[in-house]
Amino acid sequence: MSAVLRAEGLTRVLPGDVPVTLVEDITLEIEEGEFVAIMGPSGSGKSSLLYLLGLLDMPTGGKILLNGKDTQGLSEDELADVRLRQLGFVFQFHFLLGEFSALDNVLLPVRKLGLLPEKEAVDRGLELLGALGLADQAKKLPGQMSGGQRQRVAVARALANDPLILFADEPTGALDTKSSENLRTIFGDLSRNQKRTIVTVTHDPSFAKAADRVLFLVDGKLQPPERAADLFAVSVR
Amino acid sequence: MNLAVSIALSHLSSHRRQTLVSLLGITLGVAFFMAVTSLMQGSDADFIRRLVDGSPHVTVYDEYREPRPQPVFEAYANATVELRSLKPRTEVRGIRQYKEKLEFIASLPHVRVAPALQGQAIVTFAGKDLGATINGVVPDLMRRVSTIDEHFIEGSLESLAANPDGIVLGSGLAEKFRVGMGKNVTVASPVGVVRTMKVVGLFRTGNAPIDESQAYVLLKRSQNLLNRPNAANRFILQLDDPYEAPEAAKVVEAAVGYKAQSWQEASQDLISLLKVRRIIMNSVVSAILIVASFGIYNVISTVVLEKTRDIAIMKSVGFHARAILLIFLIEGAIVGAIGSVFGVALGLSMMEALASVQIKTPFNTEPTYIPLDWGWSPIVMGIGFAMASALAAAYLPARKGASVHPVDILRGAA
Ligand SMILES: Nc1ncnc2c1ncn2[C@@H]1O[C@H](COP(=O)(O)OP(=O)(O)O)[C@@H](O)[C@H]1O
Ligand SMILES: [Mg+2]
Repeated sequence: MSAVLRAEGLTRVLPGDVPVTLVEDITLEIEEGEFVAIMGPSGSGKSSLLYLLGLLDMPTGGKILLNGKDTQGLSEDELADVRLRQLGFVFQFHFLLGEFSALDNVLLPVRKLGLLPEKEAVDRGLELLGALGLADQAKKLPGQMSGGQRQRVAVARALANDPLILFADEPTGALDTKSSENLRTIFGDLSRNQKRTIVTVTHDPSFAKAADRVLFLVDGKLQPPERAADLFAVSVR
Repeated sequence: MNLAVSIALSHLSSHRRQTLVSLLGITLGVAFFMAVTSLMQGSDADFIRRLVDGSPHVTVYDEYREPRPQPVFEAYANATVELRSLKPRTEVRGIRQYKEKLEFIASLPHVRVAPALQGQAIVTFAGKDLGATINGVVPDLMRRVSTIDEHFIEGSLESLAANPDGIVLGSGLAEKFRVGMGKNVTVASPVGVVRTMKVVGLFRTGNAPIDESQAYVLLKRSQNLLNRPNAANRFILQLDDPYEAPEAAKVVEAAVGYKAQSWQEASQDLISLLKVRRIIMNSVVSAILIVASFGIYNVISTVVLEKTRDIAIMKSVGFHARAILLIFLIEGAIVGAIGSVFGVALGLSMMEALASVQIKTPFNTEPTYIPLDWGWSPIVMGIGFAMASALAAAYLPARKGASVHPVDILRGAA
C-alpha cells in the first residue's frame, strides 16, 4: 500500500447559468514509481483531471490524498507550496518565460524554493539540461530553440525540484514525429531508470504503450479497466 | 540577484519604449515637483524673513488687550442699577514704570529689548508741512532689536547719539521735502512744542509707507517734544528665534500686563495667505506627479496583460499570489526610483537655472535673485511622492496580475 496519489470521488463542476461537469466521480490510485497514461477523446476531461490531480484546480466534490495526506482545506498558498516542492508540470505548449534563458527557466523553481546555494543550483540545472541533451543550449532563449528543445527544457524545469510526481498534458501534442519520439524515450527513461512517478495525458498510442497503465476517460468519467483495454486497442488500430 | 527583481527587470526590458516613456514622466514630475517646491518654500522663507526683519518680533504697546472696566463696575459687579453719565477714569498714556518692566524683559534669555516713544508731529521745511511719525529711540538699544541700521543711505543711528538735536528721516519723506543731509527742519508736536532739528541720516527700507512717514530722534528728544518726560509707549523685542515670538509675547504680556503682540499675530492675514498659496501650489505639483504616474500604470498594466501566461507558469510552479504582486510592485518601484534619480539631477539643474535669474524692478537698483530653498526637503518630498505614486500606480494592475488563475490560462491555451 504505497499510493503516492489517491483520488476519491473527484468531481469538478464549473459553476454558471448552465453548470458544466468537467469530470465526475473519479476514484483512482497511483503507486510510487508508476507511469500512468490518461487517454480519451478530445473534450473528455483529461486536462481537467490532470489539473485536479496536480493541485492546480480545486474539486467541487471528492478529495485528493498526496502521500496519504488529505489536501482538502489547504489554502491557495499552501497548495502552491506543495506544487513547488512535490509536483512538476509539462504542458502541451511550452510554458517557458520568454526573457529567461533555458538555464534560468530550469532554475525558476529551484531559486523560488531557495534551498540550494546559487552555484549548486546552476550545477543542478546544467546537469538536468545535459541529461536531456541540451548541454549546449543552456544560455539560449526559448525563442532561439526548436519546439522539441523547448519541451525538453520544460521537462528539465519540471524535474528541477526533484518532484514526487511528474505531470504532463499532451507533452508531444505540438511536436513533430522525431521530437515526439525523442520525448517518448525521455519519459520511458525517467520511468524505468529513474523510477519517476509519471502521470501523463496523451493522444499518442505509442506514447501510452510505454506506460505501465492506461486510464480511459469518456465524458468526464473513468472507464473500467476491461473497457479501457478495448478502447486502447481501438485507438492503436 | 533576487528572483523577483530579475523577473521584474525582464518585464521592463521587454517593454523598453513604454518603460522609457514612464521613466521620463517620473523624471520630469520629480524635477518640476522639486523645483516648484524649492521655489515655493524659498519664497515663503524669503517673505517671512522680510516680514520678520522689517518688523519687531514682539511689540509691547501701552494698551490693554481687554479694555479695563471702569472702577464703578468693579465696585458694584452685580449691580442691578446702572449708573450713567459717570466721568470715566482717564488712562495715563504710556507704559507705567517702563524702566522696571524693560529691565525685566531684558533679563529674559534670548531676548533683546529697546524702549521707544512714538508720536505724531508736523515736520516743516521750506514752507512745506508734512505729518510724520516720530520714533524716540536709544540708538545703542535700537540697533540690537531692528535691522534699521542696514537701511541707512547716509549717516546712521549713531549720528543721533553724536548729535542730540539730530533727526533721521525716511527717504520718501526727505524726497517730498527735497531736503538733504545737514539741513535744519522744524518739528512741531501736538502739545505745542516746536524744535529745530538737523537731518543727520536718511534711510530707505524699500517699504514706501514706512519710508514716507517715519523719522527717528533720541528718546529724550521725543519725550521733550511730546511733553512726556521719562515715558515710553513701545517696547520693541527681538528674539534669537523669531518663531518663539508667540510664546515670548505671552510671557511678556502676563508679566507686564500690557498688550504684547508677536509678528505672527500682527501679520495673521499674510500668514494665512501664505498657507493658502502653499496648499494651491502643493496640489498643482502633486498633480504633476500623479499624471506622471499614469505612465507607470500604463506599462505595468500592459505587462500584466501580455504576461498572463508567464503569471500562469509562475503560479503553476508554486509562486504565491503575493509573490506575483511583489514582482509588479518592484517594477513600479524600479521606474519610480530610477526616475527619481534622474529627476533629482534635472531638478537641481532647473534650480540652478532659476537661481541665476535676476529680477529687476524699476525702483530698485540692487539686483535681486529668485529665492530658492536649497535644503533637503524638496528632494525628499519629490522622491517620497514619486515613489508613493509609482507604487500606487503599480498596485492596481499588480493586484489584477496576482489574481490570475493558472488553470484559466492553461484551458485557454490548450
Ligand atoms: N471554461 C470552460 N467553460 C465551459 N466549458 C469548458 C471550460 N473548460 C473546459 N470546458 C469543457 O470541459 C470539457 C473538458 O475539457 P478538457 O478537460 O480540456 O478536455 P480534454 O483535455 O480531454 O480535451 C470539454 O468539453 C470542454 O469544452
Ligand atoms: Mg486537454
